[in-house]
Amino acid sequence: MSTHYPAATGDQRTSRHTLCVLVDNEPGVLARISGMFSGRGYNIESLTVSETEHEKHLSRITICTAGTEAVIEQIKLQLERLVPVHGVTDLTVNGDAIERELALVKVVGQGDDRVEALRLAGAFGARTLDATRTSFIFELTGASEDVDRFIRLMTEVGLSEVSRTGVAAIGRGAKPMDAR
Amino acid sequence: MSETMTGAEMVIRALQDQGVDTLFGYPGGAVLPIYDAMFHQDKVKHVLVRHEQGAVHAAEGYARSTGKPGVVLVTSGPGATNAVTGLTDALMDSIPLVCITGQVPTHLIGSDAFQEADTVGITRHCTKHNYLVKRIEDLPRVMHEAFYVAQNGRPGPVVIDVPKDIQFAMGDYARPKENQHKSYRPQTKGDISKIRAAVELMAKAKKPVFYTGGGVINAGPEASRLLRELARLTGFPVTSTLMGLGAFPASDPQWLGMLGMHGSYEANLAMHGCDVMINLGARFDDRITGRIDAFSPNSRKIHVDIDASSINKNVKVDIGIVGDCREVLADMIAVWKEMKPELNAVALNDWKRQIDVWRARKSFSFENSKEVIKPQYAIERLYELTKGRDVYVTTEVGQHQMWAAQHFHFEEPNRWMTSGGLGTMGYGLPAAVGVQLAHPDALVIDIAGEASILMNMQEMSTAAQYRLPIKIFILNNEYMGMVRQWQELLHGGRYSESYSAALPDFVKLAEAYHAKGIRCSDPAKLDDAIREMIDYPGPVIFDCLVSKEENCFPMIPSGKAHNEMILPDFKGDTKTVIDAKGRELV
Ligand SMILES: Cc1ncc(C[n+]2csc(CCOP(=O)(O)OP(=O)(O)O)c2C)c(N)n1
Ligand SMILES: [Mg+2]
Repeated sequence: MSTHYPAATGDQRTSRHTLCVLVDNEPGVLARISGMFSGRGYNIESLTVSETEHEKHLSRITICTAGTEAVIEQIKLQLERLVPVHGVTDLTVNGDAIERELALVKVVGQGDDRVEALRLAGAFGARTLDATRTSFIFELTGASEDVDRFIRLMTEVGLSEVSRTGVAAIGRGAKPMDAR
Repeated sequence: MSETMTGAEMVIRALQDQGVDTLFGYPGGAVLPIYDAMFHQDKVKHVLVRHEQGAVHAAEGYARSTGKPGVVLVTSGPGATNAVTGLTDALMDSIPLVCITGQVPTHLIGSDAFQEADTVGITRHCTKHNYLVKRIEDLPRVMHEAFYVAQNGRPGPVVIDVPKDIQFAMGDYARPKENQHKSYRPQTKGDISKIRAAVELMAKAKKPVFYTGGGVINAGPEASRLLRELARLTGFPVTSTLMGLGAFPASDPQWLGMLGMHGSYEANLAMHGCDVMINLGARFDDRITGRIDAFSPNSRKIHVDIDASSINKNVKVDIGIVGDCREVLADMIAVWKEMKPELNAVALNDWKRQIDVWRARKSFSFENSKEVIKPQYAIERLYELTKGRDVYVTTEVGQHQMWAAQHFHFEEPNRWMTSGGLGTMGYGLPAAVGVQLAHPDALVIDIAGEASILMNMQEMSTAAQYRLPIKIFILNNEYMGMVRQWQELLHGGRYSESYSAALPDFVKLAEAYHAKGIRCSDPAKLDDAIREMIDYPGPVIFDCLVSKEENCFPMIPSGKAHNEMILPDFKGDTKTVIDAKGRELV
């Protein structure tokens, strides 16, 4: 349909990007960022935040989002124009960044399932943080895809609960991210 | 040197230190300490509005007509929520404002206290930035930072929410040495290599057009002067958005008139047919582009904007230059002069001739009448009879606004204040109040519709109190005319709820507000009536009874391209010119 608004023309392929956003650690900054995403109809797949440079009151926010090339470009520019934002780095375009996620996975079951769960956890290098006669809690750190795969396998052997941190990411090599 | 004082005193002192002379406000429990602090000083003049929305629009009028930031003071809860429409309006039109809101004491925040509203939450989406001041130590910095943020980069409204206990708290105040934000540094200087590339593209153009916007006005009067210089150097035709009117003189032969949905035929066809488009401080808004996939299909596009996110947002451009229009224009002129390009005179001449053919179509023409005042005629006469005076025009929103843009002409920037991005009915009267306060001796006219004017009519009381001789010129067609027009074009002439029933007697209403009321319905008496309005030394409401079912043409119907305009001499069935697809659009 032709509309009055920017037409959905051209390349419509979407891709997933991981953005690092350096912000002033001030009240409301997270709401400002998530509000920008919801207000403009962009999606957030995961978002993690914590203060990284205490003396400078800076926080680092890692956002995984997906969109067409034009949308990703807009997201970066819209983030950069927010007053407390110091800089935005697109780790996806900058090459293979390191991305990690931590998941806590509770599995409940007995008998063979239980044995299998423990075996799988060992294969993935997950740590066992808690165990009862009917349950385990595993901790797994890895790329999101590994975490996804682990959780999928655990579904078959009594998965009961998952808590994930979302992605923390950092570019390779000596060069830090640029920020104003 | 710092001084010890209360938070409320700091607020007033910071305004004084910022050189604020006028403050638009309305008191309430949560700002009483600030009202107390202003009681014993006379540097900052407080103007008491009658509704907080009026305060914000008045501050917008003040800001747009002076180039200085507008300042607002309102109470917590309803005071703040009433300000929201004005803040959104200022955000959409990039108007620098600082709005101070009272808040319940910090220990009550979150308790649903009396007149508590989550002001920073509510206004996060309609401000450029906002602050909740929870520590007295932060107040001096935040006050000054707010002025910096409001004015630098793309201008916009900034809210400072000040809880009442902070207003009472004692602290040290010192004016910061540098008036800045610790990290926010918008880029103002354009990338010179891109400017060179842009000038090279311009030099080779066969069918160029300057498409200018509010960014040129926001960049200050010098930017308008530079635009004129560059236009003269290049000889290229110039069009402008609604927001940019006045940056380029309407009397200039290179002027094409406004573009967009109700813009001129020559402006829109020049945009459609050009080979090089130079966008200066405009944002490819949907009222301008029409159907985006048919927008100016064969042009290379240059876009200068202080806001990087405006570039490539709606329309993909070939050269995007982030920077302030004044700085980029100055660089463009320097590069042009140094390059001394040889222009394609033959092609440019053909282009000029083509534009003259379009111009000859006289797309703003209308059929005049001896029996009834045509709204376009009323604006024409208003323009002619006020020509040469120190005139500022504000508008409400609707057909009258578009007719004003078409038939009132501006030679200078900062003379035209209208709600463009948000299209806020009720903007014009309070904006006129703000303009008149900034320019006490000027002739300030609000070109209004009978429906819009009722939205902030209470501000007539403000005009009366401060003896502001504003002129409210109502094109009274007894309809929400723009709505009626859309219903005629899009909804089979079913005029659902768009008749302005039970209108007040505007002459009596004027008198009730201690103003003069004038009514005119006879084209032959119009000139005298307008002169009477101009000559009257106080506020006037002019009830100009105009033809009721006039349509505002030309018009690019929703979903159509620039070369599919409906012109004023359209003789077909207006009820079928827009198809079902177009009806779904706004
Ligand atoms: C606050 C607000 N509400 C609704 C609208 C939608 N709207 C746009 S124009 C218009 C009619 C305006 O009527 P009037 O002021 O009489 O002006 P006219 O079009 O008749 O010149 C309306 C209702 C708006 N722009 N703003
Ligand atoms: Mg009307």
